[in-house]
Amino acid sequence: MTVSLVLIVLLMAGFAGWLIGQSIRVRPWVADTGATPPAPQTPPFVTAPRVGLAVFLAVVTSLFALAVSAFLMRRHIGADWQAVPVPALLWWNTGLLIAASVALQLAWRSTRQGRQAALRRRLALGGGLTLAFVIGQALAWQRLEAAGHPPAANPANAFFYLLTALHALHLLGGLVAWGRVLALAGRGISQPRLRQAVELCALYWHFLLLVWGGLFGVLLMS
Amino acid sequence: MHEREYEASPEAPPAETGEMELVHPRTFIGKYIWSQDAKVIAIQYAVTATAIGLVALVLSLLMRLQLGFPNSLSLIDPESYLQYVTMHGMIMVVYLLTAIFLGGFGNYLIPLMCGARDMAFPYLNMLSFWVYLASVLLLVAGFFVGDGSSGAGWTLYPPQAISQGTPGADGGIVLMLVSLAVFIIGFTMGGLNYVVTVLQGRTRGMTLMRLPLTVWGIFMATVMALLAFPALFVAVVMMLLDRLLGTSFFMPEMLGMGEEGSQRGGSPLLFQHLFWFFGHPEVYIVALPAFGIVSDLIATHARKNIFGYRMMVWAIIIIGALSFVVWAHHMYVSGMSPYFGFLFATTTLIVAVPTALKVYNWVLTLWRGDIHLTVPMLFAIGFLFTFVNGGLSGLFLGNVTVDVPLSDTYFVVGHFHMVMAVAPVLVIFGAIYHWYPKITGRMLDATLGKVHFWVTFLGTYAIYYPMHFLGLAGVPRRYYAYGETAFVPDSVQSLNAFITIAALVVAAAQLLFLFNLAWSLFRGREAGPNPWRATTLEWQTPHTPPRHGNFGDELPLVYRWPYDYSVPGVKDDYIPQNVPPQAVEREPAADRGRGGES
Repeated sequence: MTVSLVLIVLLMAGFAGWLIGQSIRVRPWVADTGATPPAPQTPPFVTAPRVGLAVFLAVVTSLFALAVSAFLMRRHIGADWQAVPVPALLWWNTGLLIAASVALQLAWRSTRQGRQAALRRRLALGGGLTLAFVIGQALAWQRLEAAGHPPAANPANAFFYLLTALHALHLLGGLVAWGRVLALAGRGISQPRLRQAVELCALYWHFLLLVWGGLFGVLLMS
Repeated sequence: MHEREYEASPEAPPAETGEMELVHPRTFIGKYIWSQDAKVIAIQYAVTATAIGLVALVLSLLMRLQLGFPNSLSLIDPESYLQYVTMHGMIMVVYLLTAIFLGGFGNYLIPLMCGARDMAFPYLNMLSFWVYLASVLLLVAGFFVGDGSSGAGWTLYPPQAISQGTPGADGGIVLMLVSLAVFIIGFTMGGLNYVVTVLQGRTRGMTLMRLPLTVWGIFMATVMALLAFPALFVAVVMMLLDRLLGTSFFMPEMLGMGEEGSQRGGSPLLFQHLFWFFGHPEVYIVALPAFGIVSDLIATHARKNIFGYRMMVWAIIIIGALSFVVWAHHMYVSGMSPYFGFLFATTTLIVAVPTALKVYNWVLTLWRGDIHLTVPMLFAIGFLFTFVNGGLSGLFLGNVTVDVPLSDTYFVVGHFHMVMAVAPVLVIFGAIYHWYPKITGRMLDATLGKVHFWVTFLGTYAIYYPMHFLGLAGVPRRYYAYGETAFVPDSVQSLNAFITIAALVVAAAQLLFLFNLAWSLFRGREAGPNPWRATTLEWQTPHTPPRHGNFGDELPLVYRWPYDYSVPGVKDDYIPQNVPPQAVEREPAADRGRGGES
C-alpha cells in the first residue's frame, strides 16, 4: 500500500497547498463593497473539460497505484511466487504506444496551425497505432498462454494479465473518445472545440503511455 | 464582532457570466426520463436509492424477527438470514447512503448553491444515473438467481465469499461483484461532475471560502470517493477473476470434501487491505456530506452564523485526508503485527480531534442562537447527540486491546449503526424536511414530521443502545440462532425481543414519513420561494421549484458568505448571498448595536 499512500499523500498535498492559497488571509465573513462586480472564479485557460480530465486522471492514477500496490504486496507474501517471463513482444508494443502518443501530439499541433488534412491523417495514425498496440498485447497474452503460463497457474501470472488488461481497457475507452473526435474532425466543427477535443485525447494518451511505462517497469523488475 | 460599514456606491454594472449550452427537451421522456437536468437526476437518484433502501429495511426487520422471536417465521432459515445480513449491509452503505448523499443531494444542491445553470457535464451526469440504476438492478437480480444472493457478509471476505457452501456462491456473488463494479463506474461519472462543477461552475463572487458547508462536505466526500472507490474496484475485479477464471489473487490452498482445490497461493489478507482502504474512507464519504448539511441546517434554523467557518472547512479536509490512513483498524483481529496495530490505533484516535472540533463548533453555533425547533432543526440536534454517542464508542473500538474482545460482538453493530446509520439518516431526514419546499414548492406537514422525528430518534436509541450491552455480554454478531451457548445469559433473549419491537415501531414511523412525502406533494401548504428565510442561492431562484437552468435570465452575483444571519443593524435577520451591500435594508441609527452578537 506504500505506493498508493505516497501517491494519495502527493495528491492531497497538492490539493491542500492550492486550498491554502484560496483560504489563507481570507475573511469569509466580510462582504464585498459592491463597488466593482465580482470577478470570475478561474483564469480563462482553466476550462471545465481540462479540469475534468485532470480529475479523471487522478482517479485512474489511484486505480493503477492500488493495483500495483496489491501486486507488490502479494509478491512479498509466501515463497510460491514464480515470476512471468515477460514476452519480448512487449518491447515492440511499447514502441507502438510511444509512436501513437507522438502522432497525437503532432495532431494537437496541427489543430493549432489550422491544418485540417494533416490533423485527420495524424489523428488516424495515432488511433491505428494504438489499436496495433492493443492487438500486440493480445498476441503477447496468446504467446504466454501457449508457453504454459495461463492466468490461473500462479498469482504472478494473474497479476500480469490483470495489469495489462486494465491498461488496455483504458486505451480502448480512449479509442471510443478518439473515434468521436475523428468523426468531428471529418465533419469540420468549430476550431476551438476541435482543438480542445484533440488536446484532451493527446493528454490522455501521454498519461496512459506514462502508466504503461510504470507498469512495464514493475513487470520487468519482478 | 465589529459592525460592517458599507460604503454607498453606485450599482455595480451587470457582470458577464459564462453561459453554458443546455439541452432543453420538449417531450415528457426528455424532461423526466432521459433528463440532463441535475435536479431531475437528483430526484431519480433519491427515489431509486430510497426504493432499494426500503428493501434493505425490510431485510433488517426479517433479521430482527428471527433474533427477537426465533423460528417464528418459517421463511427465514440460516442461509437466508446470512443473505439478509449481506444484502442489508451492502445496500445501506453503498446503494442507499452513498447514492443519496452524492447522487441525490449532490446533484440537487451543488449547481444551485454554487450559482451554476447545471452540472459541468450534463450528459455524463445523466449516464451516471442510468449506470447506477443498472447496478441496482444487477444487485436485486441476485435475489432471483438459483441459490439466491450472496451470504458472505457485506465485507465479502474471501475465501468464504466465493467458496462452495456459502449461500450465493454460484450466482449471487458474481452478480454482486459485477454490480459493485458497475456502481463504481457510474459513480465516477457523477463524481467528476460534482468536483468539476464546484471548481469551475461557481458564479461570480462565489469564492471557495463563500461556499456553503453543504457543498464543502459533498465536494470533499466526492474527492475521497473518487480516490477510494478504485480500491474496491480493483478488489472486486480480482475476486471476480478468482471466481470465474480460477485465478488465485485471494484464494489460498483449500481442502473441500477431502479434496484439494485447484487454487493456491492467494492472499485473503490482501483483499482485506484493499477492501478497507475503500471501506474506511467510505464511512466519511457518508459522514462528510452529513457534516456539511447539518452545519447549514443549524445555522439557518438557529439564525446564527456558523461558528468557525474556516475551521469547519479545514476540519472536513483533514478528516478526509486522515480517513485514508486508518483502514487497518478494521483488521485488528487479522493477526497483524502489534506495532502496526499501535500505529493505526494512533491515527484512528487522531481523527477524533478534527471531528470533536466540528461538534464543538456546532454546539457553539447553537449557543445563544435564536433556535427555532423546526423539524429540520430537531433532526439536526438529534444528529449531534447520536453522532457524539456513536463517536464515543468508536474510541473504545479504536484501541486494539478493547477491540479484540469486542470485535465480533453486538458492540460493533451498535457502534457503527449509531455513527454510520442513524446519524447520517437523521441528517437525510432533516435535509429532506428542509429542502422539500424548494423541490416541490410545498411544505411537509410539521406535526407528522415531529411525530416522525421523536419516534425515529427515541426508537433508534431503543434499538442500538441495548446492543452495546449485548456486545459487552459477549453476544456474537451474524449468528442466526444462539442455541445452547453457555456464555450468553437468558436475559439476552428478552432484550432481543425488546429491540425487535422497537425496530418494528421505528419502521412503522417511516411509513408515516412516506405518507407525508406523498400527501404534502398535493396538499401541503404552499411554501413560497424562501420559507426558512435562508441566505444560500438555492432559495433565491426566480421560480420554485427552480426550472431547468436554475436562475432565469441572469446568473446571480455573490457578495457575501452564506452565513449572514442576525447581522447587527440590519432589518431582516438574514441577508441572502446575492444581495449587494447597497440593497441591504438597515435599521434606523438609534436601534443600532442592539442586535446582539453575531
